[in-house]
Amino acid sequence: MEIAFLSGKGGTGKSSICAAFISIAKNVIAVDCDVDAANLYLIFPPKNTIETNYISGKNAIIHQDKCTQCGLCKELCQFDAINIAEGKFEVDSISCDGCALCFRKCPTKAIEMVDSDDSKLYFGDFRNGSIIYGRLSPGEENSGKFISVVRSLAREKSKELGIEDIIIDGPPGIGCPFMSTITGVDKVVVVTEPSMSGLVDLKRSIDVAQSFMQEIYVIINKYDLNPEVTNQIKEYCLEKNIEIIAFLPFDKEVVDAMINGQTIIEYNSESDISNRIREAYQIVFKS
Amino acid sequence: MKVAITSRSNSMDSFLDPRFGRCAYFAIHDTETKETEFVKNPSKDVNEGAGPSAVKFIASYKVEKAVAGEFGFKIKSLMNQVNIQMIVIQEEKTIKEIVDMLNK
Amino acid sequence: MKIAIASGKGGTGKTFVSTNLFKTFESLGHSTLLVDCDVECPNSLLFFDLKKVSDTKVTEYRPIIDADKCVYCGLCYEYCEYKAIFYVPELKHIKVLDNLCHGCKACSIACKHGAIEDSSTEIGDVSFFSDSNSHIFVEGRLKEGKIASIPIIKSAIKEASLLSYEYLLMDSSPGTSCPFIQTAVRSDYIVLVAEPTPFGLSDLKQSVETLNSINKDYGVIINRSGLGDIKVYDYLKDNEIPIIAEIPFSKEIARYYSEGKLAVSHIEEVKILFEEISNKIMKNGNSIS
Repeated sequence: MEIAFLSGKGGTGKSSICAAFISIAKNVIAVDCDVDAANLYLIFPPKNTIETNYISGKNAIIHQDKCTQCGLCKELCQFDAINIAEGKFEVDSISCDGCALCFRKCPTKAIEMVDSDDSKLYFGDFRNGSIIYGRLSPGEENSGKFISVVRSLAREKSKELGIEDIIIDGPPGIGCPFMSTITGVDKVVVVTEPSMSGLVDLKRSIDVAQSFMQEIYVIINKYDLNPEVTNQIKEYCLEKNIEIIAFLPFDKEVVDAMINGQTIIEYNSESDISNRIREAYQIVFKS
Repeated sequence: MKVAITSRSNSMDSFLDPRFGRCAYFAIHDTETKETEFVKNPSKDVNEGAGPSAVKFIASYKVEKAVAGEFGFKIKSLMNQVNIQMIVIQEEKTIKEIVDMLNK
Repeated sequence: MKIAIASGKGGTGKTFVSTNLFKTFESLGHSTLLVDCDVECPNSLLFFDLKKVSDTKVTEYRPIIDADKCVYCGLCYEYCEYKAIFYVPELKHIKVLDNLCHGCKACSIACKHGAIEDSSTEIGDVSFFSDSNSHIFVEGRLKEGKIASIPIIKSAIKEASLLSYEYLLMDSSPGTSCPFIQTAVRSDYIVLVAEPTPFGLSDLKQSVETLNSINKDYGVIINRSGLGDIKVYDYLKDNEIPIIAEIPFSKEIARYYSEGKLAVSHIEEVKILFEEISNKIMKNGNSIS
């Protein structure tokens, strides 16, 4: 089974809860799709890590010796990626989308498309199975694409190693990375917290997720911080016919566990919060 | 009638590849001549749009049916546009077994 | 002066800092505009009682293929780097796949038969809001199911910059990728909000790496201090990164936040702390510009 953890907004405790599920699963492929800010490996440091470069896309560069400053590239570019600095035409690599239109149309062939390959993909074994995570080079674009690469590697490894369960720590937000994460997974667990912004983000993520799939569960983290909003989340989930599989109290031990390099399940297996997470795990994995 | 079957390798003993867009090979089987041709999936390693490219690729062989372990949400509508019927097989089967099923 | 409030990971308190900082800047007598650039999940405006004044749609280029004029030469398909043209010449079938299209217009430029008509699709909007005191707020919002957040961030900042204010506070997208950079490159000073936990430190390092690569001046606010360990402090000290302030962890602050209220309006110590933060940021910013 392939399960993805998501949260419309970050910082709801998604990664910590996802890590707890991984501890319970024991033999699992852990995938960190939060490629902007991969964190799972901090709790599950891998051994024998294999590192590969990933070509995240292409960027245009202008060879000044061939450029005649005709300005066609600037005129054609839909991404405002061509700047003029001190009379020279230059590509702003942050804005360049890699569409190659300037490269194809440059009358003096002054433009070249080059691979951006500073992003990395890591794979290794950890105490509960194998872990896969990616790291985009700073400011790199297109993490949606990167996520599909990370995920197909996870599926390959799952076959190869005969490990059936894949648990994915997803990215925040609801854009491209979010969609690449939920495409084709069996179940989605949305981790939220009871705040006004948490509720708004939860609604946005569920709206998008429901257009892709049926099996969506919700975990309300730190539910005791605001019982009123927790009730609003309950009502919303009822209306949308979504099961809330855990109400987790605020517990400083979750942070203590993290500092100790452990999940809450490993740190204090008999605590109230650990028991609640185990019950949620049963619900997700039994069906 | 021609049928495209996703395949992990290029022989009749190869297993069905569960992925459609990123499968390794397509086995193109002709139910009239009973011949099967193995072709590499050119869109296996593209970064984006592997599914649509794979549909385009098999459509160019004028197949009427496609067999895979799964078809993505977006692929289904494209398959309908080019009138290719989708058959999902979830069990581990070889290309030979699937061809036999088709010819029954 | 433009100030971006950012964090490597979400939920560290970026929106908390932006909104309370806005209130403090205003109460100190500086005209300030709050711009929510977290277009995937904009929610900094939830903390104010606002009415929408106007909105501008943000659109992206889309081609429309006229099948009658198309000669199935395949040039547009070849030009498309995103495989967004579904093209089966054997069946005379051609179609644009909206969810793969990036709007680069290459297909339209490629077509020699006038078969591609230029059109556009709405990907989000930039809205202006006003409170009862006629303060203006700006929000960029990505339409659900759309993927291109950059054009919306760009136009939110562009629209906001047309208004004249002493300070522009921009609540940036979390993360270290494109949306974050797009906000960061458009600012004079960046406030990074970080948590003193192992996750928080790892995210902070990535943000710092990104900001160093674009040469921007920044400082760090440590939020929920007392909840984690000291490694974040060691890292900041070793790398000579200035700490603007520490905001202690408090259930009271979390509660006001969760109710959509500004802590500076309810807790005296937080008010004083934010005044100190504001003065530091203004001083830092002014020494740069």
